[in-house]
Amino acid sequence: MRIGVLAIQGDVREHRRHLERLGIDAPEVRAPQHLDGLAGLIMPGGESSTIGMLMSESGLLDALGQRIRAGFPVYGTCAGMILLANRVEGARGPFPAWLAGLDITVARNAYGRQVQSFEADIPVAELGPEPVRVVFIRAPKVLSHGPGVRVLGSLDGEPVLVEQGALLASSFHPELTDDLRIHRYFADKVRQSQEAAAVASAGP
Amino acid sequence: MATDTQRHQGTAGVKIGLAEMLKGGVIMDVTTPEQAQIAEQAGAVAVMALERVPADIRAAGGVARMADPGIVKAINAAVEIPVMAKARIGHFVEAQVLQALEVDYIDESEVLTPADEQYHIDKWDFNVPFVCGARNLGEALRRIAEGAAMIRTKGEPGTGNVVEAVRHLRTVLGEIRRVTAAPSEELGTLAKEFGAPLELVRRVKEMGRLPVVHFVAGGIATPADAALMMQLGADGIFVGSGIFKSQNPAAMARAIVRATLHYNDPAIIAEVSESLGQAMPGLEMSTLAQSDRMQERGW
Repeated sequence: MRIGVLAIQGDVREHRRHLERLGIDAPEVRAPQHLDGLAGLIMPGGESSTIGMLMSESGLLDALGQRIRAGFPVYGTCAGMILLANRVEGARGPFPAWLAGLDITVARNAYGRQVQSFEADIPVAELGPEPVRVVFIRAPKVLSHGPGVRVLGSLDGEPVLVEQGALLASSFHPELTDDLRIHRYFADKVRQSQEAAAVASAGP
Repeated sequence: MATDTQRHQGTAGVKIGLAEMLKGGVIMDVTTPEQAQIAEQAGAVAVMALERVPADIRAAGGVARMADPGIVKAINAAVEIPVMAKARIGHFVEAQVLQALEVDYIDESEVLTPADEQYHIDKWDFNVPFVCGARNLGEALRRIAEGAAMIRTKGEPGTGNVVEAVRHLRTVLGEIRRVTAAPSEELGTLAKEFGAPLELVRRVKEMGRLPVVHFVAGGIATPADAALMMQLGADGIFVGSGIFKSQNPAAMARAIVRATLHYNDPAIIAEVSESLGQAMPGLEMSTLAQSDRMQERGW
């Protein structure tokens, strides 16, 4: 199974290392043709405005948007969450949505500037009893979400790990810790999506 | 409402983490909120808030200090991307002021006039992360030992001449190769030669690179310069005077961002380099007096 890592800018290396530690081939994705043959994609942390702009220029934004509407699994961390969101707020007003597949409203940098960036431990029932160490870096905050969105993890009552269909998103960076559980969770989602697709194409 | 979860701020993970998010990107010097927005729209991953770009600091002479807090605040308010600002080497009160202004990164920088000729700032003392300049591996590891969460090789600021940036990057990468090739019993002697802590030299051997993100700075003036530094092995690019001293800053900024992403694709570098107008005027190194070389500041 191959899960690509969007390699426009940001902490690409850390995500690839996590996937490789799970025994998953993790090629870099910089152009639309790099999506071919992938079972899923991770969008790393970075600057969402930079990544979105460069994805748009190369046609990658449109190509990925089409796949997402067809059920392609994508996990977005931090900037990746912003790129997936249907609605994006900034300090000086709303931004246009980039991929618009995930029914959430996020506010950029809403956990504060870098001096307020932090680490914490939160429970995520899906991942077992051991809490998850979460690293928030100028992180986006989920202000609201639609009924189709499932909240997997929260910090003080606010969603920080959410999923909807084949999409997964977190405000924080599991790739900056040694905990592989969220990447494994996403890889399982990708596997299930592949199996479902195989059943569907096999027909009745 | 659930009880407040304990939040650990200013950890090494959080400080180094922001630098990881900047990788593959371009950080641009700006002196006004308008320039900061031009940089953001061109795809900069962060801006460096300054009163004057290095070329103007060089031309003006005299003592160069931290920017006016008013400029830093205005730039902070103008963009969503991270804002960095420079403090003088050793001037920990300028750094305290910049932390109070909530800049996202402090550059303890040789572009400003050093405030202390013996000691750099104790950067562990701060919640805000620091980036520092270096010309070789020993200098880089000494800054990391003092708490720097990101390194930029120095180059020669304000010259538009990439030669020193290339020299410093090649020096650091060459010395890293020496460390990785050395058997463990030789690391102590290498640490002594470099004037660097043994523990960090061991980390370099384990990781095969600097233990923190490694950008380049000082003389990058064109898209091809940026791509050159990326092909040589930089994690990302600082452009000081190269954007807003060029004839068409918005176009130059966008072109350097695209060349940094597509650094391995000469056809795209050619395309983005076309019809950009004049790059900033450059300076030949031999015309600089020793005392005018900013890279000699810091140790």
